[in-house]
Amino acid sequence: MRHAVAPAESVENNYFAVTNLLKICTHCERLSKKDLGVRIPRPLGNGPSRFIPEKEILEVSKVDARTQSIFEDAFAALGRLDNISLVMGFHPQYLGSFLRTQHYLLQMDGPLSLHYRHYIGIMAAARHQCSYLVNLHVNDFLQVGGDPKWLNGLDEAPQKLQQLGELNKILAHRPWLLTKEHIESLLKAEEHSWSLAELIHAVVLLTHYHSLASFTFGCGITTEIHCDGGHTFRPPSLSQYCVCDIANGNGHSIHHNDSLGNQELCGEVEVLMERMKQLQECDDEEASQEEMATRFEREKTESMLVATAEDEECVPSRDISRHFEDPSYGYKDFSRRGEHMPTFRVQDYSWEDHGFSLVNRLYPDVGQMLDEKFQMAYNLTYNTMATHKDVDTSMLRRAIWNYIHCMFGIRYDDYDYGEINQLLDRSFKIYIKTMVCSPEKTTKRMYESFWRQFQHSEKVHVNLLLMEARMQAELLYALRAITRYMT
Amino acid sequence: MEKMSRVTTALGSSAINGRTMFCHLDAPANAISVCRDASQVVVAGRNIFKIYALEEDQFVEKLNLRVGRKPSLNFSCADVMWHQMEENLLATAATNGAVVTWNLGKPSRNKQDQLFTEHKRTVNKVCFHPTEVYMLLSGSQDGFMKCFDLRKKESVSTFSGQSESVRDVQFSMKDYFTFAASFENGNVQLWDIRRPDRYERMFTAHTGPVFCCDWHPDDRGWLATGGRDKMVKVWDMTTNRAKEIFCVQTIASVARVKWRPEKKFHLATCSMMVDHNIYVWDVRRPFIPFATFEEHKDVTTGIVWRHQHDPHFLLSGSKDSTLYQHMFKDATRPVDKANPEGLCFGLFGDLAFAAKESLISSDSNRKPYPGGDRRYPIFFFKKPDQTEQFAHVSSALSVFETDLDSNCMDWFVKTAQLYLLCGKPFAELCDHNAKVARELKRPQVSTTWTMLRIMFSDPANLTPGPNHPLSKLGTLPLMNSFNMKEMNSGMGAESRLERSKGESRQDNSHLEPGNSLISNNNEDNEETEGSEGQAEYMFGDAELDDDDLYSMEHDNQTEEQEYTLPQEAFQLRHEIMDNPSAPEHLQQDKADSPHVSGNEAEVTCLTPIESFSLISISQPLFTPQLPASFFCPIVREMLSYYAEKGDVQMAVSVLIVLGERIRKEIDDLTQEHWYTSYIDLLQRFELWNVSNEVIKLSTCSAITCLNQTSTTLHINCSNCKRPMSNRGWICDRCHQCASVCAVCHHVVKGLFVWCQGCNHGGHLEHIRNWLKSSAHCPAGCGHLCEYT
Repeated sequence: MRHAVAPAESVENNYFAVTNLLKICTHCERLSKKDLGVRIPRPLGNGPSRFIPEKEILEVSKVDARTQSIFEDAFAALGRLDNISLVMGFHPQYLGSFLRTQHYLLQMDGPLSLHYRHYIGIMAAARHQCSYLVNLHVNDFLQVGGDPKWLNGLDEAPQKLQQLGELNKILAHRPWLLTKEHIESLLKAEEHSWSLAELIHAVVLLTHYHSLASFTFGCGITTEIHCDGGHTFRPPSLSQYCVCDIANGNGHSIHHNDSLGNQELCGEVEVLMERMKQLQECDDEEASQEEMATRFEREKTESMLVATAEDEECVPSRDISRHFEDPSYGYKDFSRRGEHMPTFRVQDYSWEDHGFSLVNRLYPDVGQMLDEKFQMAYNLTYNTMATHKDVDTSMLRRAIWNYIHCMFGIRYDDYDYGEINQLLDRSFKIYIKTMVCSPEKTTKRMYESFWRQFQHSEKVHVNLLLMEARMQAELLYALRAITRYMT
Repeated sequence: MEKMSRVTTALGSSAINGRTMFCHLDAPANAISVCRDASQVVVAGRNIFKIYALEEDQFVEKLNLRVGRKPSLNFSCADVMWHQMEENLLATAATNGAVVTWNLGKPSRNKQDQLFTEHKRTVNKVCFHPTEVYMLLSGSQDGFMKCFDLRKKESVSTFSGQSESVRDVQFSMKDYFTFAASFENGNVQLWDIRRPDRYERMFTAHTGPVFCCDWHPDDRGWLATGGRDKMVKVWDMTTNRAKEIFCVQTIASVARVKWRPEKKFHLATCSMMVDHNIYVWDVRRPFIPFATFEEHKDVTTGIVWRHQHDPHFLLSGSKDSTLYQHMFKDATRPVDKANPEGLCFGLFGDLAFAAKESLISSDSNRKPYPGGDRRYPIFFFKKPDQTEQFAHVSSALSVFETDLDSNCMDWFVKTAQLYLLCGKPFAELCDHNAKVARELKRPQVSTTWTMLRIMFSDPANLTPGPNHPLSKLGTLPLMNSFNMKEMNSGMGAESRLERSKGESRQDNSHLEPGNSLISNNNEDNEETEGSEGQAEYMFGDAELDDDDLYSMEHDNQTEEQEYTLPQEAFQLRHEIMDNPSAPEHLQQDKADSPHVSGNEAEVTCLTPIESFSLISISQPLFTPQLPASFFCPIVREMLSYYAEKGDVQMAVSVLIVLGERIRKEIDDLTQEHWYTSYIDLLQRFELWNVSNEVIKLSTCSAITCLNQTSTTLHINCSNCKRPMSNRGWICDRCHQCASVCAVCHHVVKGLFVWCQGCNHGGHLEHIRNWLKSSAHCPAGCGHLCEYT
């Protein structure tokens, strides 16, 4: 963990300056109200994330010079520093790669025009009712000269984009249903048809924003103050605070956590490490082929049974449902009784061998960037687990990655899915499943209930893994469909 | 695996025969391998593991190795290899990380022999030692390579690549102890089988994964690698540092690479994605495949040459569930379809042109290229003798430079400024303009002016004239001195063609025919792979229509036409101008083309006649009886030619100078179009005065009215700050005189000048006088007025 060194007050940080400014504003709110009748907005959230104490996030950026410089670059490029980047600042290596890719996808040369890109981003984020991303891109969309009418709903957008709605829907919730017929209908639609290059660009954007929506919910990213839903004009009243909000950011949270679960949980990390060790050592106990196959099936079915519903909906401030159709269409478990979808074998269609080549052929450089980003996410490690150092976490990372792919019906022949059961406990599985399949249902309680002893930075790390694994899974299905169409 | 002692080749290639054939497999193949005597092939994939016998005209399924009730992942093969020494021995790499060996000699249905499950991840490759029976090597996704002794239950040594996944391992054909391994991170490592602790050598071969590698079967030091970066590279490993000696750029990531037996420079590749073809490359000719097999409908996953010493049979397996045997003679040869000409413009207007030498020489049927057959080298390897040489095509490349001067538009500005468009008698105007053009080294334009003068001058006035301009015309062509560099051919190739024609004609009239052009044009031409004469020849060709390149008969026509030419000297002159832009006159144009396309032989007979004809015959031909209107169609065409060419200046100038003589011949819309273009150009060069003059002189109503627009000046009353609508000096609203001269205190009704600092001013003349004596404002405001 990165411990705070300097007191927060002495920091001269871009973001901090802004929050200070806001503080001043609230301070003289009464005054200004009286004099000018101006209504001063008040931030609703406290810091970039609802789950992670503000202080911890901000400390990271000032400790690490690299993070600082990445933030500066991002600010220079976009004129803002969104909360997502701030939270990702825990992992500067990854953040650099992420921002580079995102920048390329949105601003640099590509087959799609700028407002199309943002609109596709809106479509994708709206699929998961991620009002944060939708708002962010509505602003961008208008800024690059998009037609405000489109924002009234997909019906008002050009025919071409409307056709993308179906792909968006399937990709977001049940990518395994994607067939080459879907691709064909997009590519062969007379004057509204997409070109292959455009389609690849769109697919990359869609998957990017689906998974980014997962991250947004998974880390409880709060809306920025200038966006809709990021501020309120209501005066602060005591009734609005809940305990966690008060605890959030004022340093009590760690204590709060400890007092709650220290006794029963002190062994959690150690148990996990012990299991990893065992798994690494017990080579000789070799499972039979059938056993392996059933383990995969079991994991798949079990993932289905992991309940996701927990009611703590945050109502989107903007009516984002108008950006997509058929809101009832959601994640359905891959393996449902009755309808059996063939398992996707990574050995037959992998990102490294096949996906990369296809993307790079049709949308040069992006394949390289995505490849870099996937590898970065997959290989990122600090060799730490909670307070322990020099731990080889590759096994754990692989288990998480493969578990997510397993939920999408993607199987690695060379993986023993029994490991997942050993390494991932139930509350963690619930969190993963919720975040990946229906991120809008993620709650603070879920976030807190898994891996209670781990650092926030480690939980963000997990989120990055989830996000990238999900993106790759969706991409694999989409690219396979495109490949099948092409052959 | 390619290694086989020479002894065994005795049964060799002559024993093999067959044809291009295929069979359907039940499932996509991942890899194939062929047995030692080239009589059987094994196909392995996720759901298939079968042995087929290769018969004369079909594949026959011999054995299905996928037996057992339950499907096991051990059968899911990523790779397969047939032992080259022991014909009953096979090894497969399974996707679940198992390495399995199979013994076909087993009596039971299940031929599985040994099972090694030491790898943690998918095994990508297995490889038997070429000469050692029991030695098997495997490379896996987990980053390890393991060497197995088939007599033992487990691996004898493990090699750690210290990096990511191993994609391919290959024993060297010649070095007993050496093997190469390629990695997902782009590296290639060389190992000694006896030293598992550390690799002997490592180098980065590709960006991104190296999917495959293959040792050259004959040459000790050559290793071919193929990667996701779409490259195939050949490395010389004999030197201290691995040296890249050949590089072939393909169009998709390279999945497999296999050297072609008995052909030192040939290798076959297939790709991982998108592209389904198999290519055979000659590594020395990396830009076009030597041969292509296009049978597969999905990506090819495995390729293998059927026999180690027979280069004519290639076997391939594919994701489209077919197994093919390709005959080399049935392969597509992309060279046949390739366009042997290339033409490209450079950033600064340079032009490069490349064409096969054979094509060039075939044009000159009068003088065939020495060495006959070289003209048709492309048919060379269609001959049954199968020498298998790459089509010997040598091309000539010519680069035509546009010197920087020609891009600058000085000539345009100067011409615009110096031309006289009105105010003098017609003949003088023409003379003047001709002189201007000549001084600017634009002989063609100059000549045009001169001719215009001749055409349209009154016959009465002409008598003193014709000798003079015609002698001028006579001297003009003598301009041997002007060469390309000096010409302002800003308009590109066409106009230069004009020059070069003119030039060549002049040259030829004075010099001995032959390579005379070279002396003038050397600095403009660069050539490769061709004799000087050849390149020179191209110089002209580049700018001609293709038809000229290919037609051979037109030489004769030319000669026939030659005799008709003198009768219409001016017509001819005109046609030269028209040549590039009016292809529909091709037949007539042919008359001109020899001057340009003429190589040594042609120039001799054609040019002198014509150029002399222009000078000598034209004079007697010109008879005063011809009415001026006789020339109108020609002049009209000439003007359109100039305009087309981009020299709208000439078109407009002539239009103005000729005035009524030609105006009716050209429709108004065209005229207006020319005018607007020219005016636009003039204004871009800030030649406001010239542009104004042109507007004034134009007769198009649409143009003249340009001067009438935006002539209103809106002013506000200085007292009430409202716009003054009626008159400029008295305000309707406040009934005050708005502009009073600060010197004489009268209302200014004409030019009013005022200081922008204090807003005081008055009559131009008064203020000017005032400022001579004082720098302060005449109104007494104390401001130090400034006027520019």
